[in-house]
Amino acid sequence: MRKLKKLLNPFVHQIIIYNFANTFEKNVKFKTLINSMLNHYETVFILTPVLSDTQIKETVEKFKSLLLENGAVITNEENWGLRKLAYPIQKKTTGFYCLLQFDAEPNVITTLETNYRRDERVIRYLTVRLDKYAYEYAEKRKNVKLKEGKEN
Amino acid sequence: MANNNEEIRYLNPPTVDLKKKKYCRFKKSGIKYIDYKDPEFLKKFVNEQGKILPRRLTGTSLKYQRRVAQAIKRARHLALLPFVTDLLK
Repeated sequence: MRKLKKLLNPFVHQIIIYNFANTFEKNVKFKTLINSMLNHYETVFILTPVLSDTQIKETVEKFKSLLLENGAVITNEENWGLRKLAYPIQKKTTGFYCLLQFDAEPNVITTLETNYRRDERVIRYLTVRLDKYAYEYAEKRKNVKLKEGKEN
Repeated sequence: MANNNEEIRYLNPPTVDLKKKKYCRFKKSGIKYIDYKDPEFLKKFVNEQGKILPRRLTGTSLKYQRRVAQAIKRARHLALLPFVTDLLK
């Protein structure tokens, strides 16, 4: 029995090493896959109504370029215009709403949100990750908007 | 004993009318995502003071009630819905 074990031992050892190498390789592949995976995000921010039209465009451009610099891909952009707020924020009753939909890596969000916080022109913001159904909904919304745009 | 059972008298007349069975509108119509950007739709799940209505009144399933609540809270944050008001509708 012992002899048999001795005979088999090197093989067993090899098998274990092989298995280990295999899982290790898989793990690395898995990690790189996660790293390269882009999430779908959607962000809405409210700008102060005191800004002029050009200033509003400027701020929107600023955040768009910030996203692009960080390797994000902007897939949709909507300007809802000046809207009445449901309750006053910073003693303002209206605000300029803007929506951006983009694909990015998760670490982009922190830089985006710190920039929101630093910018005095932004009075409120919300960033959400779009899950499977939310993404479907967003795509539908985008297509509807595109169609309307074409008809006009 | 048998006699007693036959002669049950109610203090109040028993309610006979059948209540309509409640159903989850999201399950029925196949809505999978509840948008926080649509305050008009979310107002259906909120009372006059802007409070979220309970499941027992709206008939929404637990899964979608959670999502409705999430969407309403997001809408409130973005000032699309009020936190408190009077006479919302």
